[in-house]
Amino acid sequence: MINEDPLRNVLYIDLSKRSFWIENRRDLFEQYIGGTGVAIKLLQKECRPNANPLGPDNPIVFAVGPLTGVFPLASKTVALFKSPLTGNLGESHAGGRSATAIRMAGYGAIVIKGTSETPVYLVINGDKVLFKDASALWGLKSSFTVGRIIREQEDGAGLRTIMRIGGAGEKMVSYACVITETYRHFGRLGLGAVFGSKKLKAVSVSGRRSIKVETPKTYRELYKEVFDRTVESPSMKKYHDLGTAVNISPLNELKALPTENLKRSHFEEAGRISGEAIAEKYLGRRVACSHCPVSCIHLATYREPYASEPYFYKTTMVGYDYELIYSFGTMLKISSPEGLLKTLDEVEKYGLDVMSTGVALAWATEAQERHLIPNDANNGAKIQLKWGDYNTYIKAIEYLTDQPNDFYKALARGVSYASSKYGGSEFALSFGGNEMPGYHTGPAAHIGHLIGSRHSHLDGAGYSVDQQNLKDPSKSTPENIAKALIDEEKWRQILSSLTICFFARGIYDTDTVLKTLSVLGYKLTKDDLTRIGGEILREKYQFKTREGFNPRNITIPKRILETPSPHGIISEDTIRKGIESATNILEKL
Amino acid sequence: MKRLAVVDVNLCVGCQGCLFACARRFGDAGLSRSAIHVKSAGGIERGFIVTVCRACLDPPCAKVCPTGALKPRAGGGVILIPQKCIGCGNCKSACTINAIFWDEDINKPAICTHCGYCVDFCPYGVLKLEEREGGGGIAT
Repeated sequence: MINEDPLRNVLYIDLSKRSFWIENRRDLFEQYIGGTGVAIKLLQKECRPNANPLGPDNPIVFAVGPLTGVFPLASKTVALFKSPLTGNLGESHAGGRSATAIRMAGYGAIVIKGTSETPVYLVINGDKVLFKDASALWGLKSSFTVGRIIREQEDGAGLRTIMRIGGAGEKMVSYACVITETYRHFGRLGLGAVFGSKKLKAVSVSGRRSIKVETPKTYRELYKEVFDRTVESPSMKKYHDLGTAVNISPLNELKALPTENLKRSHFEEAGRISGEAIAEKYLGRRVACSHCPVSCIHLATYREPYASEPYFYKTTMVGYDYELIYSFGTMLKISSPEGLLKTLDEVEKYGLDVMSTGVALAWATEAQERHLIPNDANNGAKIQLKWGDYNTYIKAIEYLTDQPNDFYKALARGVSYASSKYGGSEFALSFGGNEMPGYHTGPAAHIGHLIGSRHSHLDGAGYSVDQQNLKDPSKSTPENIAKALIDEEKWRQILSSLTICFFARGIYDTDTVLKTLSVLGYKLTKDDLTRIGGEILREKYQFKTREGFNPRNITIPKRILETPSPHGIISEDTIRKGIESATNILEKL
Repeated sequence: MKRLAVVDVNLCVGCQGCLFACARRFGDAGLSRSAIHVKSAGGIERGFIVTVCRACLDPPCAKVCPTGALKPRAGGGVILIPQKCIGCGNCKSACTINAIFWDEDINKPAICTHCGYCVDFCPYGVLKLEEREGGGGIAT
């Protein structure tokens, strides 16, 4: 890397001591590039083995990559922490302005350690770090309000990110998220709860640095080439036009769209809440993350009358994506688009991970159907959940945040914990402790969810392997699946170390990655990338193993073996063999 | 003379490609030298405010420069003569629409030259380089 590149700066903030300092970790950024690669090394060092995820020994690591602020689409920030949901590696990526703000403030990574005694929010502006009293913000359940207040209080409009938590983070719901720029999230695995445990209400970062490149002329030409390919690319057009919600219809037709807690994989009424249907009637605005021309963020406009006053309306912009429509639309059978948008707005307000919340409520609805949940006020569900009944689900979202009794306290820790207490683990869609994403495409998706370092669809893209294998089902063997998943996950370590959005994986092929990196003084080869990808993955599994993960003992949710997928009924044997194969590869990394 | 103009701010998606393009004119990546700005209009859901130099014919920024470092440009706006600039920041305060930005790296203003490089990196048609109506000139 180039000598003076501020990427080497790691900002440490200790909330217990209210102190901060900067360390030069050029070594880490040279060896592991940035993003996930650097963050896992920092987490290994800073997170005490067997640390309580909600205690002072669990750090939050944010990291960006060399291409951030230099080339388009390197627009993600990687957050690593120990997850309160799984008790193991927590990894979550968010866009918005978070990545460019961190890079422009002059940092490659930020490590937040310790716990504050009193509520605090951090303002990082270049080399200044302020610990601001958040007593007046603590208790604000609405993440929207927190954003509004800090926007008014702090400088840097247009250049800043404001990462914040709502009520769910404060109450340490195990799958509370961190919201940035209102519509982007560190969604999965409970970073919001870790913020809450540190009494950290928000982090604002801003800056306006410049970054030197090796040869300006080459840089400008290469930038133009990447940019032109992006705006002309058909795959990016898909994200640009209808957004990820475009996948609802094809996955539903394929009978791969989990419905009613995956009792089924097809929703008759999906047409009412498809990407096309929502765009036609409700799409109000499309916006982009900083330094990405795609604008995949789709905001629906939802108008609601006030019951108390005629001709008074509240008009809200609600973000929607494939996973949101899956987790609340099809899993809970909310087919009313307005009901769905209203519900999603509530999830956003409190700051919950929408996927875990939808899956938790789907499990709770089925558990109530089966009379597993007692009816008394202290332990019971308080309300009768019913598929499609969004008003009751809205009440349940509030209960999940407030946790008024034992049942909601349990459900706020995820379906794995709730089912261990109340029964119903056979239909608890938990993979390594994380709730299922929206793909019942076949064995590869589920093997990926079980062995993946995040237990999410983002790891090895098993859904894509399944769809490829549909063309030639003889290829869908456990060994082939395991190899395809790990190969993809290795490459994704490179992308997420460069903090390139996975939507741009078609743009940033090996050649483009090498060329863009060379502008920043990284002289790497294709073999180097393969090696580094494998090393980063190895480091992640070392952390997972250290914290008790053993893929061979992992629980397979019975439900995924009962509901037909596009590959038919998935056998437990295939899944077990796939896990074994993948584990063998991982152990040799 | 041409000047940079905002065609339709409602087309802006807030990608900030123009900010980064502007800084690249000088060869560097990042934002320090950028002379254009995009921020939300009080939350992303409300859309964006795109701030560009309007190429004033009688530029207030030039009037307050104590060293004559900002020279009115034919067709409107100003040209910075860096060796004359003492970094006082008067110009930034004087700009009615906040279209003068600050380059912290060199402690001098970042001034739009109406070159139109940013236009090529706005895929949404928010910006364009237009011929000034009436031909413009320098008002004195």
